[in-house]
Amino acid sequence: MFKATVIIRRRPSILDPQGVAVEKGAVLLGLTNVKETRIGKYIEFTVDADDKSTAEKEVNEYCSKLLANPIMEDYEFNLEKV
Amino acid sequence: MKPNFGVVVFPGSNCDHDAYYTVKKIFGLDVNFLWHKDDDLQKSDVIILPGGFSYGDYLRTGSIARFSPIMKSVIDFANNGGVVIGICNGFQILLEAGLLPGVMLKNKSLQFVCKDVYLSVANRNTLFTTDVPADKVLKIPIAHGEGNYFADDETLNELSENKQIVFKYSSADGEVNENDNPNGSLLNIAGIVNKNGNVLGMMPHPERCCNPVLGKTDGAYIFNSIIHNFLVEV
Repeated sequence: MFKATVIIRRRPSILDPQGVAVEKGAVLLGLTNVKETRIGKYIEFTVDADDKSTAEKEVNEYCSKLLANPIMEDYEFNLEKV
Repeated sequence: MKPNFGVVVFPGSNCDHDAYYTVKKIFGLDVNFLWHKDDDLQKSDVIILPGGFSYGDYLRTGSIARFSPIMKSVIDFANNGGVVIGICNGFQILLEAGLLPGVMLKNKSLQFVCKDVYLSVANRNTLFTTDVPADKVLKIPIAHGEGNYFADDETLNELSENKQIVFKYSSADGEVNENDNPNGSLLNIAGIVNKNGNVLGMMPHPERCCNPVLGKTDGAYIFNSIIHNFLVEV
């Protein structure tokens, strides 16, 4: 069994209006040094596989076909044996 | 021949009955609801993917609906030349399913926008627009939070070259400009077709403006175009 943690980021070339809006809040807080706020997703789940390469294959498929949309997002993940 | 319509019902669809009503009562044609867990298109000639919030819009709009059993049949149907129209959330599902290129981002304003907009018809030679009179600017309502169309430059060039851009947000005079872009869509894109021209995705809701009682009927140009193209085919 493996525990997977996935981070999904919007591609750098794509505007993140949510990040821009949240950063306006930072300005209101007086945090003038905060720049380039971008909001992504953190997803965790377990994979019931015997070896790491099988688990990796499933995580890649899950990420590329469903969790992330490769047109606008990149993903990276970490697998830990549990 | 008269086309039969099918309206797909996903958990969270909320414009399915509007579409059904419009086809059945305004245009007097046969229409069936197609449940997302079924795979039978019930001999439909035209499939409507309606608006709403399929699967709660979780993850990304349309991202989960595309894996429904009915979508496998819809994708096969579309790839074999079947006529499919995705409205609002239906457009988002078509993008996620890969039947149309690009993605939808959150509206630039981050606000849900619900209002009438004007559409310049960029291509009148699709089976969805042949009935729109020359120079007619359509007035059709939008209601969405994620209608900000995005695609890379290569895809945008391809869409323009192949005349796949069908509707663009415009002024009442049909002038396409940034002021009349309600959501930040690239090139003011409101609706596109696939390369073969049999799959249309559009954010505005034509099914909401076909009944004269409601005071707006420009959506009827789109339904009439589809229906007339089937009648002519015989």
